[in-house]
Amino acid sequence: MEFSLWYLGLAAAFGLFMAWGIGANDVANAMATSVGSKALTIKQAILVAAVFEFAGAFLAGGQVTATIRKGIIDASSVESNPELLIFGMLAALLAAAVWLLVASRKGWPVSTTHSIVGAIVGFAVVGIGVDSVHWSKVGTIAASWVVSPMLSGFLAFFIFMSVQKLILGTKDPLANARKYVPIYIFAVGFILALVTMLKGLKHIGLDLSLPQSVMVAVASGITTMSIGVFAIKRIKIDPRQDVDFRFTNVEKIFGVLMVFTACGMAFAHGSNDVANAVGPVAAIVSIVKTGVVAQKSSLATWILLLGAVGIVLGLATYGWRVIRTVGKNITELTPSRGFAAELAAASTVVIASGTGLPISTTHTLVGAVLGVGIARGIGALNLRVVPNIMLSWIVTLPAGGILAIIFFFLLKGIFYNGPII
Amino acid sequence: MSGSYFSAIFGKSPVTPLQEHMEKILACVTELIPFTEAVLARDVEAMQVHHQNIVTMENEADALKKELRTRLPSTLFMPIDRRDVLEVLTMQDMVAGSARDVAGLIIGREMQIPEPLAKAYKKLIKRSVAACQQALKAIKELDELIETGFGKVERKFVGRLLMKLDVIEQDTDEIQVVLRNELFKLEDELHPVNVMFLYKVIENTGTIADRAQRVGSRLQLMLAR
Repeated sequence: MEFSLWYLGLAAAFGLFMAWGIGANDVANAMATSVGSKALTIKQAILVAAVFEFAGAFLAGGQVTATIRKGIIDASSVESNPELLIFGMLAALLAAAVWLLVASRKGWPVSTTHSIVGAIVGFAVVGIGVDSVHWSKVGTIAASWVVSPMLSGFLAFFIFMSVQKLILGTKDPLANARKYVPIYIFAVGFILALVTMLKGLKHIGLDLSLPQSVMVAVASGITTMSIGVFAIKRIKIDPRQDVDFRFTNVEKIFGVLMVFTACGMAFAHGSNDVANAVGPVAAIVSIVKTGVVAQKSSLATWILLLGAVGIVLGLATYGWRVIRTVGKNITELTPSRGFAAELAAASTVVIASGTGLPISTTHTLVGAVLGVGIARGIGALNLRVVPNIMLSWIVTLPAGGILAIIFFFLLKGIFYNGPII
Repeated sequence: MSGSYFSAIFGKSPVTPLQEHMEKILACVTELIPFTEAVLARDVEAMQVHHQNIVTMENEADALKKELRTRLPSTLFMPIDRRDVLEVLTMQDMVAGSARDVAGLIIGREMQIPEPLAKAYKKLIKRSVAACQQALKAIKELDELIETGFGKVERKFVGRLLMKLDVIEQDTDEIQVVLRNELFKLEDELHPVNVMFLYKVIENTGTIADRAQRVGSRLQLMLAR
């Protein structure tokens, strides 16, 4: 191909830009819950986010990447003209990244996932043809955007109810917190490891059978639990702090738990959202390398790495400020509630990652918070946000799509010299 | 920031303002103790100072009440019913109203409490303040109630606090009976109009504890849901 190096260079640059945008804006919601409840300081949150976003993106980002890369567009429709897909994917990346940047500057509710999916569908419909889109797959993805907040809301509701039953509503919440919190910590380590094992690790040379995966997940759960038990032992219980609010010390124990769910949340976010940046890159790279739209080729490891590095860069340069801002606004979320929301959202997102469904982490988290609220757990929730989220779907999809179409024709005008279709 | 709409889901909880309002009410009612001391000592200057304090604090409580009301938009989703919050607020507000009525009546008519009634009346004031303290104690449990998701243990705890509030309120009823009997015995010695208004003062003072108890009853209803 004539401009192979150009394509690769642009793909890497746009992918990095998109990943940077995700790290700068999107990570904040996942991490701010922990900062707001004071389970983590801002520095700790950034460290946790950097490590676990990276791990999530690198270890468990493959499935969603595959969906973005080849699940939405029917490759056979561009077989004769693979360059169109290159322009399209480049345009989609740029469109989503620009839209993300503009909208977050303006404070509009956006979702990276919705932007990129809207952008890909947009260029495909206009640039290639309505039939080139796997509409059933797009339908599944759209449905997952409705289902995922609801599922995480349900999970959060039941997790929080169990916390009330087992710990907060009992005669000795402190003793019960010591007893049961480690079990929740086990759940964090177990679920994350299990989903990752089952779906992800072939690209780093680890291919485990189901029983092996379960065993590794149990081991991971036990390891995290042991660290948790150790951390809980080190907590200083000061009864004097319970004079004004009798659950101050209990909340400290939940604070330990929340450190783990924060790690889980960052991991989950990395695993799902890295694809928004690297999925298109992967598609471009495989076309450039092989010259055809390959459906079977596997994902190059360096592409996931590119996305992971981009997210951490975004976090380090800009994202930490957003985390601080958002964290200040959500002090209502004490650790006992924050962990329930995070555990529910992280589990939902990781399951979606394993299934290859690109969903919005923020919406999933909002669903989880509402779930805790329905269990009478949060002082006050402002439901005006819910129509706002609906609006973000309606606005983001066409915005990403239209931008992508513009960029698509621009790129085509610059590089294209093949047959006109 | 894309994060801002996530944080926007957290509304401002009415619990802390509700508690602050009750604290103000208690401070207002507590001022009746030095006020009564001044009345009994016939220290007009001190009476005026304390009366002014009561009026000021009642106004401050009023401002808090209005602020809290505006903070409860219909899109707010809370573990406690909006109507319950507003009604508890109204009840709390009425407690301060009674305190102001008592002080206002005494100061407006330059009333004196006859010596034989002094001891029992002081006791009535103290028990009325105690009722408000107990009501505040219960209101202060609202955060714990929400923390536990209205758990059974916590509900029982608040239930016990409210039972004690009932006991205190009964005390004030009994003291009022004693006061009325004493006043009845003195009727012939006093000016009839003064007697009339003394009955009124006793009655008004009695409503303080009544209304404090009504705050508790609203809270009880909240627990039952």
